[in-house]
Formats: sequence, structure tokens, C-alpha cells
Amino acid sequence: MKRYSAFAIAREAARYHTGWERAWRAPEPKKKYDAIIIGAGGHGLATAYHLGKNHGIKNVAIIEKGWLGGGNTGRNTTIIRSNYLQDPSAAIYEKARSLYETMSQDLNYNVMFSPRGVIMLAQTHHEVRGYQRTAHANALQGVQTEWIGPQRVKELCPIMCIDGPRYPVLGGLWQARGGTARHDAVAWGYARACSDMGMDVLQKCEVTAIRQENGKVVGVTTTKGDIDCDKLGIVVAGHSGVLAEMAGFRLPIESVALQALVSEPIKPCMDVVVMANTVHGYMSQSDKGEMVIGGGTDGYNNYTQRGSFHHIEETVRALIETFPMISRLKMLRQWGGIVDVTGDRSPILSKTPLENCFINCGWGTGGFKAIPGSGWGFAELMAKGYSPLTAEFGLDRFKEGRFIDESVAAGVAH
Amino acid sequence: MLILTCPYCGVEADETELHAGGEAHITRETVGSSDEDFEDYLFQRQNPKGIHFERWRHVYGCGKWFHAARCTNTLEVFGTYSAQTTEPPKDIRDKISGKRPGWSWGIFS
Ligand SMILES: Cc1cc2nc3c(=O)[nH]c(=O)nc-3n(C[C@H](O)[C@H](O)[C@H](O)COP(=O)(O)OP(=O)(O)OC[C@H]3O[C@@H](n4cnc5c(N)ncnc54)[C@H](O)[C@@H]3O)c2cc1C
Ligand SMILES: [Zn+2]
Repeated sequence: MKRYSAFAIAREAARYHTGWERAWRAPEPKKKYDAIIIGAGGHGLATAYHLGKNHGIKNVAIIEKGWLGGGNTGRNTTIIRSNYLQDPSAAIYEKARSLYETMSQDLNYNVMFSPRGVIMLAQTHHEVRGYQRTAHANALQGVQTEWIGPQRVKELCPIMCIDGPRYPVLGGLWQARGGTARHDAVAWGYARACSDMGMDVLQKCEVTAIRQENGKVVGVTTTKGDIDCDKLGIVVAGHSGVLAEMAGFRLPIESVALQALVSEPIKPCMDVVVMANTVHGYMSQSDKGEMVIGGGTDGYNNYTQRGSFHHIEETVRALIETFPMISRLKMLRQWGGIVDVTGDRSPILSKTPLENCFINCGWGTGGFKAIPGSGWGFAELMAKGYSPLTAEFGLDRFKEGRFIDESVAAGVAH
Repeated sequence: MLILTCPYCGVEADETELHAGGEAHITRETVGSSDEDFEDYLFQRQNPKGIHFERWRHVYGCGKWFHAARCTNTLEVFGTYSAQTTEPPKDIRDKISGKRPGWSWGIFS
């Protein structure tokens, strides 16, 4: 693989850009791999990357039914933060956030990580207490967050109306090193690095069955034929239930639609990410100038990758109250993704009843921020059978009543 | 916009008039049940890509809970029926079979 650099740009400019090579290969499947990952979203690709990088397992295929990054990874609003409440969450999300800091260098691919800061607004007294508690918990966990008053919120985001009418801003939880990154670039950067290690990214190849013998996984059936493997990782977000059924177990997950929308591009007006959980909306401005907006999930099970119009209406209505200047913006695009929601709003990174088959899912509305940390931990779990990062996120916790309750931190979808 | 007919008051209700209540026909566990059964009851879901039997509440109408048969992949509604039943009525199952031969859902098909 030729490295990307300022020098490479100059060299290619001098020869009319004829020397760029494909970022990743488009191979045909081999008969067998040491490990197969189903799903080339961020989590699947990061898992493959760390299997190779941290554990030397490079005979790996990542199988994707569509195009890489075409699931939730390419549909999300890219908020990155690690200000969760429970210790296991703080550990994996902060690991991920810290890996984002150096991801562009590590992958030699510009993922445009922008630690511009994230404010979670408190607009009720209940939220004030909740976020102050989170700030204290974060201090103990070594996650840098801070409780700030309404004036500081206004300084950080002058376009905000902090005086109400319905929900005045009473303060916020501020994470200065939170921010955003370019979602496609995260998928592409990992795919390029995986391909460079000799791994096969197999696009337009759908897994239709999981083959097993004596309670052990032996391979998968795909639209490109049977492929064998020693270990299997299922990393398919909204489709986790479908794959689990193929493998013969059930999951504590429901798949629902989550939508987002962007406005026409406007001049820079907001250089932080703002989330307003009480009114169910959040917003940031992309480098192109579009206001990127998201809200809550739809209420019912859905696999259609589109949601209900009234949810968008609710989100926008809520945000207009806090950001009056957006009321006359035109919206350009709207889309949906199918998110995999668990009962305690925490992910599942686990062994499964089928031996050598592992599952990484349940990231629901907020897994983009977790991609590198999840890949790090899940690769360790697949390679060694145990990872301190994923230990608490096993499937058993639902039977044992050992929940990692993040319904407050996950609040609105993001 | 999803539109469901409330089997109690007969109103053709828009989704905004309703509240989704998740999977239907779940057996409620009680004192003496095993951890596995409780896990099933509280957390494990079919979550199918296809036919789904589910609960809805006519919140901004008569206020009652009812059941619907719907496809999660196309959003097609096959019908709604009373919540006072432990399994989907035959006419609804026949209607589904007519359109989706070979469908299955947990113990029903
Ligand atoms: C609108 C929206 C906004 C969001 N905003 C944020 C945010 O601001 N911050 C944040 O942290 N998170 C956010 N999220 C959540 C985040 O997008 C997801 O948690 C994350 O991208 C999940 O990544 P993944 O790799 O697990 O899944 P995906 O990216 O969905 O990848 C799974 C892949 O599996 C493939 N697949 C499925 N079935 C098969 C099969 N049978 N065979 C082969 N391949 C298969 C799919 O095609 C897909 O490409 C948002 C999500 C949505 C929808
Ligand atoms: Zn009614």
C-alpha cells in the first residue's frame, strides 16, 4: 500500500493523478479463513483491524451484504463522547474516544476527527442533578467532563436561546475532547488498513446461513458460496436478530428506525455539538456547513431504513425553540437507519451459545463513538476468549440481572 | 404514516394517535419461574424481519390495548385484533398465509 502524505499529493499533482491505487482490493472469497466477521460497518472492520494489529490474526474475511459502511456507520450523525455513567461504559467509550485522537495517523487515513466539544444540555432540575452526578462519576473514572452553568453554555454556543420559553437552559455537561469525525472515512480507513494486512473485504456478499457441527461453528453460507472459518464474529447492528436466528439463539434486542436530517449549507455558526435530551434533539454543523440534526427513535419494530415523518417534525420543533435562528433553514436530506436497541441501552460483546461464534451488537443509537474501542475489545475477546473491556457486556447479564443501565446517558438517540 | 384500525372503537387511527407496545403474546412469568424463563419474558424478543405480532395502545382515543399483525420489512398491516386472546385469530393467520406462504413466528405459523 502506498502511503498517503503531503508528498504523495504533490507527486500525483505533477502527474495528473494517474498514480493513485485502489484503496482496498476486491477479492473473491477463499475456501477458508481463520476468522470471519459478518458486517463491514465500523465495528466489524475495527474488529478485523485489531485482530490483525493486536493479535496477529490476519487470515480474515469481512463479509458485507451491501457496500462497506452502508449500514448505520454511514448513516449516523457522528457524535463522539465518553461521558457515560457506569464504569464499564466509561472504560470502553473512553478507550474509543482516545483511539479516535490518533486514528488518522494510525490508519494513515484522514478521518477528520474534530474534538470540538460536546454539551449535553440540562433543561430540567432532574437533568441538572443527573448530569452533576455524571460529572462526578466521570471524575472518578478519569473521563474529563465538567458541569457548566448557563452563561458558559451561551458563550460556547451563542446561537442558542437559553431563556426558554418552555425549557430554559439550566446548565450542561461539557466534554471538551468530545466531537465528531467523518463516518465514511472511518469505514474506508479501516477497510484500507485491513486490506493492506491481507484481509479480504467481501462486498455484495450476503450471509444466508451459519453452518455448525456438534455445537461449534464451522462456516457460513453466502450468496457467493460456502466459506469455512474457525471463528465467527457477528457484527450486523439492526440485523443481529436475523443472524442470531441463523445461529440458533435469541437476543434481548429490538430493531427500530432512527432518523437524521441535514439542512442546506450555511456559514459557520456553531463550533460545538449540542444535545438536548429533554426535548429530544441534537445538532452540530458539518465542515460543509450543513446543520446535522437528529432525534429519538421510532416506537415500533422496523427494518425499512426509513422512519415516520412526525418524528422529524417533533425533533425540529424542539430544536427551533432552543435555536430560533434555524427556523427558516431549508432541509436538504433525511434518512433512516435500523438500530439494535437493548433493554439497558448498553451493547452486547459476548460469546454465544454456539461455540467459537461471538456477537457484537446492541450499540443501538450511539455506537459510532465506540467503534475503535469496541473493535479493540471484541478482537481480544475473539482471539483470547476474554477481554477486560468487554467482560461486563456479556449476554448473561440479562439472565443475572446485572444490567449496565445507561438509559439516562443514552437519553436521546446519538 | 402507519394507520391501524382500533378493534374496540373502530377508529382508523394514525400512528400519532397510538403508542407502540412491542411484541405480543409473551407469557408472563411469576413466582417460581426459572431465571431463564424470566429472561425470556423480560428481555428476549423475536424481533423478526417479517411478520410481527405486536401490542398497540389507542392512547389518544379509547385508551385500550389491542394487537396488530404487521410486516416489519414492508410495513404492510395484516389486521388488528383484540388483546383478550393468547394467539392471533385464524382469519388473520389465513390472510398472512395467503400473502406469505410458509411464514413462521415463534410457535405460530
Ligand atoms: C440516524 C442515526 C444517527 C446516529 N447518530 C450517532 C451519533 O451521533 N453518534 C454515535 O456514536 N452513534 C450514532 N448512531 C449509531 C451508530 O450509527 C451505530 O451504533 C454504529 O454505526 C453501528 O455500527 P456497526 O458496525 O455495528 O453497524 P453497521 O454500520 O450497521 O454495519 C452492519 C453491517 O452488517 C451488514 N449486514 C447485515 N446483515 C448481513 C448479512 N446477512 N450478511 C452480510 N452483511 C450483513 C449491513 O449491511 C451493514 O453494513 C446513529 C445511528 C443512526 C441510524
Ligand atoms: Zn380505540
